[in-house]
Amino acid sequence: MSLPFLLEIGTEEIPDWMIEPALESLKAQLDGLGIAACMDATPRRLVARADGLVERLPDTAERVTGPRKGAPEKAVEGFARKQGVTPADLAIEGEYYTYLRKTPGRRMIDVLAESLPGIILKIAFPKTMYWTGKNGPRFIRPIRWLVALLGNDVIPFEIAGVKSGNVTYGHRRLGARAAVTTSTYEQILRDNFVIVSAADRRARIIDGISNLRVKDDPALLETLVYLAEYPTPILGEFDPQFLELPEEVLITVMRHHQRYFSVLDEAGHLAPWFVAVMNTSADPEGLVKRGNERVLRARFNDARFFWQTDQKKRLADRVEDLAHVTFQAKLGSYLEKTNRVVELVKELGGDRHAQRAALLAKCDLTTEMVKEFTELQGVVGGLYAKLQNEPIEVWQAIYDHYKPESMEDSIPRSRAGQLVSIADKLDTLRGCFRVGLIPTGSRDPFALRRAAQGVVKIMVEADLSLPIACDGELADFFADRVKFYFREVRGFRYDEVNAAMAASWSDLPELHTRLLRLKKIRPTPDFEPLAASFKRIKNILRQAGFEGGPFNPALLESGPESELSDEINRTKEQPIETVMQALRPKVDLFFDKVLVNAPDPAVRANRLAMLHNLLEQFRSFADFSEIITNS
Amino acid sequence: MLSFQQIIFKLKQYWADRGAIIQEPYDVEVGAGTMCPETFLRVLGPKPYRVAYVQPSRRPADGRYGENPNRLYKHSQLQVILKPSPDDVIEQYLGSLEAIGIDLTKHDIKFEEDNWEAPTLGAWGIGWQVMLDGLEITQFTYFQQCGGIDLDVVPAELTYGLERLAAFLQVKDSVYEIEWAPGFTYGDVRFADELQFSVYNFEMADVPTLWKLFDLHEGEAARLLAAYPKKTEDAVQKARFPLLPAYDQVLKCSNLFNTLDARGAISVTERVGVIQRVRKLAVGVAQAWADQQETAP
Repeated sequence: MSLPFLLEIGTEEIPDWMIEPALESLKAQLDGLGIAACMDATPRRLVARADGLVERLPDTAERVTGPRKGAPEKAVEGFARKQGVTPADLAIEGEYYTYLRKTPGRRMIDVLAESLPGIILKIAFPKTMYWTGKNGPRFIRPIRWLVALLGNDVIPFEIAGVKSGNVTYGHRRLGARAAVTTSTYEQILRDNFVIVSAADRRARIIDGISNLRVKDDPALLETLVYLAEYPTPILGEFDPQFLELPEEVLITVMRHHQRYFSVLDEAGHLAPWFVAVMNTSADPEGLVKRGNERVLRARFNDARFFWQTDQKKRLADRVEDLAHVTFQAKLGSYLEKTNRVVELVKELGGDRHAQRAALLAKCDLTTEMVKEFTELQGVVGGLYAKLQNEPIEVWQAIYDHYKPESMEDSIPRSRAGQLVSIADKLDTLRGCFRVGLIPTGSRDPFALRRAAQGVVKIMVEADLSLPIACDGELADFFADRVKFYFREVRGFRYDEVNAAMAASWSDLPELHTRLLRLKKIRPTPDFEPLAASFKRIKNILRQAGFEGGPFNPALLESGPESELSDEINRTKEQPIETVMQALRPKVDLFFDKVLVNAPDPAVRANRLAMLHNLLEQFRSFADFSEIITNS
Repeated sequence: MLSFQQIIFKLKQYWADRGAIIQEPYDVEVGAGTMCPETFLRVLGPKPYRVAYVQPSRRPADGRYGENPNRLYKHSQLQVILKPSPDDVIEQYLGSLEAIGIDLTKHDIKFEEDNWEAPTLGAWGIGWQVMLDGLEITQFTYFQQCGGIDLDVVPAELTYGLERLAAFLQVKDSVYEIEWAPGFTYGDVRFADELQFSVYNFEMADVPTLWKLFDLHEGEAARLLAAYPKKTEDAVQKARFPLLPAYDQVLKCSNLFNTLDARGAISVTERVGVIQRVRKLAVGVAQAWADQQETAP
């Protein structure tokens, strides 16, 4: 008989961003039991459902070998007793008494009752809590109910004093507790104002705003999908006079602080509307709409107040105030950082605009606006600089200097912005490495990986050939980030990246060019055989301990050896693309016909020197021995 | 329409009906209701406790001379501690909102992740900010650690922002327009505090004097902590030891630190060190208190 399975872990509100990873973790564990479950969740429940579970696992049988045929009767009796049978039940196979011990398959419900508590408490969360007492179980939030059904039966178990059952809970205020079966579960919850499926909740939100031109925001949508059990969007308005404030400020208030969608007018400009997503079915009296409008009005009033207050002191007059803003306890104030960044921008060849931008870049940290809306750092400085008549080169550089904030983000739009961004990040990296604040494993509290990747991305995409100028651990750290960028962001194969970086990676745009060339020649017929030969040459040289030596053409044997030598001479200083086709047969022939380890030590040394020269010729392009070939 | 004071009466009555002791505000300046001994010390140890009190909470840097409609130097928190946290704690909390006239079937309520942490107290917890129609009205925390000590029993802490709740219920755009009692607005009662303490904290507080006071209070707390009979078996001597007065000295330090900070008198390099000094004292009191509770007769 095949049975449906339902598990609902009822909790208090789980942080939205932890829900999908938790479902994956739960699913993987159920897979381990042979249950291919479909996963669903709301903020208050993690749900696994499956069909076709067996009622009982298959029986197993094992043949147990006993005493020899001629053994004393007592021994035979003893063996039979141990198996719980009489000697008459034993069989004789070959020279031995044997017994076929049959174990009936366990009931699935027992297996589940035994494993589910462990599985549930092993769900991986970034941060857990205890709630029943110091040594109690840990979970993301308190577990308040458990529904566990196999067919029509409750799978009995208990976690933290909560017994499993068949009773679920609906929406906190619109719903009630209700008994469910595996087939009525979803509908009963729907009747109690809980939409179990994230896809259905997403669709309900999208459907509710389809008549509006809402600013696209997939991340916010996902947050809202997991923040409400019964999401319903409503449209609110704000006073159009707030549109005088910069869009960046308005959108940040709406998005980050209130989780509202912004709405655009027909011309694509910000309209004086917003969309809030409620966790309830409707707002017939407009109470929720008015409440949200008031909150937004207060927020916008604050923002306007900050904007006006901040204008009383120019950015340029705030530089000294940075002495009172901590950059990092061990690394001093933002004033010290600013001075270092200005110097670094100079060193990197930044013009007076870039230097001016570096000087003013952190001043917005002292403004009321940034104290309140920290995510607007940089942007606010840029807007204020613009308002205070700084040249476009300067204000844009300030505005952009935190970019790129992710690998999907764009780099600063101007050269000045690129240089300030690089200098700021490099300074952070050098400082943190100097005082030992080095990322380990998943711990990277100062987002140094992102900073280093940002530097790499800017240098490559802005075609900036600047030395990263660092050594030791920081150089290794950068090498990893360069590899990450070209592999994960730009899609080069890992062996191509290793090969090209083995040649050099101090000039990133140049490295990029070589990688593009490498990628292009890789599928050509001569490339991989040649790469395999180069790997062979490298091994030969290493085994011989050969690190270079004089090459004497007079010692060459005529035939394949001198032909290869001629080819090497012919192709000197030429790009790899044009020489591969001619070079490959000569190399192949050489290895086919010539013994490198010649009996005469002078000849041998000369051959090694020739091969060494061949490798040297392409050394600045790539180390081909890093290429993984199929042969 | 409920007045400010009626909202407070109703919430206190609601929690009194659920077994909470109704305490009065603590009489030493604090930055938050959590810092009062009724929370900070009572959450330690295994003894059950339920308490609710309104705590005026001073944040010198948040003062705005009474000019900002939503920001206050001193705001009022209703602090509720339920130790251990009951299984239906969220239902009970929602009931308290209904008790002050909020029909939750007509409003939008959400629990958004917001874990609370107070480094100067060596304390943190897991929880949410509770959003009502987009307005944060309560901080809800399951305490996990206090004074650097893992808690035996997990208390739920509910911190209601009373001005916000009142402004919401009375539909006021400025806290100063809230009706405190018939005929009296919040502004009538509190405006002078906001203005004068802003002037003092930002302009007139004498920095050397404040530092001197800080050092004196710190010294007194440290002196007492050093004298706590850690090893003695004499339970009576332990039980009568004045840890509560020592903790008052720590609270004084904390408020002086906040005032100096608002005054712009604490440099970057000093800041971390001063926080450490306060933390060390707070953690010291918490640990001694836990010991005292365990051994006292």
